[in-house]
Amino acid sequence: MRFSGLRVLREGLTGNKGWKAHWRDPAPKPEYDIVIIGGGGHGLATAYYLAREHGLRNIAVLEKGYLGGGNIGRNTTIVRANYGLPGNSEFYSHSLKLWEGLEQDLNFNVMHSQRGVINLFHSDGQRDAYARRGNAMLNQGDDAILLDRGGVRKMLPYLDFDNGRFPVRGGLYHPRGGTARHDAVAWGYARGADMRGVDLIQNCEVTGIEVKNGAVTGVQTSRGAIRAKKVGIVVAGRSSQVAAMAGMRLPIESHVLQAFVTEGLKPVIDTVVTFGMGHFYISQSDKGGLVFGGDIDMYASYAARGNLPAVEHVMEAGMALMPMIGKARVLRSWGGIMDMSPDGSPIIDKTGIEGLYLNCGWCYGGFKAVPGSGHCFAHLMATGRPHEAAAGFRLDRFRTGFGIMDEEGTGAQHNLH
Amino acid sequence: MRITCPLCGDRDRREFYYKGAAVALDRPEPDAGAEAWDEYVFLRDNPAGETRDLWYHADGCGAWLEVRRDTVTHAVLEARLAAEAAR
Ligand SMILES: Cc1cc2nc3c(=O)[nH]c(=O)nc-3n(C[C@H](O)[C@H](O)[C@H](O)COP(=O)(O)OP(=O)(O)OC[C@H]3O[C@@H](n4cnc5c(N)ncnc54)[C@H](O)[C@@H]3O)c2cc1C
Ligand SMILES: [Zn+2]
Repeated sequence: MRFSGLRVLREGLTGNKGWKAHWRDPAPKPEYDIVIIGGGGHGLATAYYLAREHGLRNIAVLEKGYLGGGNIGRNTTIVRANYGLPGNSEFYSHSLKLWEGLEQDLNFNVMHSQRGVINLFHSDGQRDAYARRGNAMLNQGDDAILLDRGGVRKMLPYLDFDNGRFPVRGGLYHPRGGTARHDAVAWGYARGADMRGVDLIQNCEVTGIEVKNGAVTGVQTSRGAIRAKKVGIVVAGRSSQVAAMAGMRLPIESHVLQAFVTEGLKPVIDTVVTFGMGHFYISQSDKGGLVFGGDIDMYASYAARGNLPAVEHVMEAGMALMPMIGKARVLRSWGGIMDMSPDGSPIIDKTGIEGLYLNCGWCYGGFKAVPGSGHCFAHLMATGRPHEAAAGFRLDRFRTGFGIMDEEGTGAQHNLH
Repeated sequence: MRITCPLCGDRDRREFYYKGAAVALDRPEPDAGAEAWDEYVFLRDNPAGETRDLWYHADGCGAWLEVRRDTVTHAVLEARLAAEAAR
């Protein structure tokens, strides 16, 4: 079923009776060529690109809950390519280019909106750091504009520019950055994968990984055993548990990250804005809600809900930056379980087990990565070779110390990212 | 979340700095080799359920605590001085 303007018109005139379910609900087959564990954004995108780019068909995505019920449906939807380190730069650049063609490619409206991202700075040191980052982005072929105070004021007149402690000195503007509708990304990839014959199997929890003579042979699930020649682990916050089924210990700690949305308001914030002096970022959804968040709660957690101190920090930072939002009422808050890596960068790699592949460590930044991660992970699983845009995301970089990608420059240590 | 410091009593989470898994109490010998140091610095059990981690009572007595806690419910089960736990 293709979406088009004509189709919408015709359905509108005939009572919308012609729409069908966007994907099948198949029972698991006893065997697949490739099994993807985890039906989040990354798992669904991986299955999609395996089918679309590599012509593979006999694929299943196994999801313990429902499609889009994990972090893919919980994030603050920011899409950007403003990384500074080799390894990360080319990957996020690659991912952003995929975003730019995604809706046509999927024939699905993911509401990708390149409304721009502005990272504010509040001191000379921060200005230097952002000037450098902007140059790195330009060298990567992406876009960056260093705004002075006047330039920011023109775009964001509502900021507290003369805040006594954190005056706004300027910002790094990334026009191609923006937002997208998170659920729609999961749905679009799910639909695209299903159309190409991928079995999306929900309510199917993987409970064991079968390994014989150093090679993976299949998985155990709540819906029975499934044989597979290749298995990809793409389970975000649950990576440690699933990898443990294959006897692996990962360099991952799971932490909770919270997010917030206000009641719907008239259009007021038309870009993404990030505060440089406290952890706070905000945008306005197409429904009108202000969507915002801050840092992780900073202790290992699988609770998918957070504690008050992090809520307070976010609210205080928001009020310091744009006092006008004090009038908006918060409607909901929630949390997601983040797969935090020691250096803040992800892992897309083979494992020590033949046929078993790993995709994790996305920390709080894996939404923008969904197209790139799926594309590169599919390439790795199909060809056995890393995609050039993701060649730096190696699992062994921690053991060897070679190729650590610490974007924040704080040290590759678990409690620092 | 509140943590009961053995020296100060029941205190708000805001008073504590979080270090991470209590592996720091089992520091390998300097020459233990790359594997042992990888285990220590990077690899984690990362349990969904009961865990042991280290918290520093920064805005209190300044003691390092080993806290037994449930990562799924956020219940704090027990806190003792890291100095005692390491013994
Ligand atoms: C509050 C919040 C805000 C965020 N904001 C941003 C942002 O602005 N920009 C950005 O780029 N990123 C953001 N992120 C990060 C981003 O959402 C994640 O990095 C990304 O979604 C993780 O990948 P995923 O979509 O595959 O994860 P998920 O959607 O969590 O998918 C993993 C899936 O695996 C399934 N699973 C787990 N165990 C098993 C098992 N044993 N068997 C079968 N299935 C299993 C889970 O049920 C889940 O559906 C944010 C995250 C949160 C929580
Ligand atoms: Zn104390």
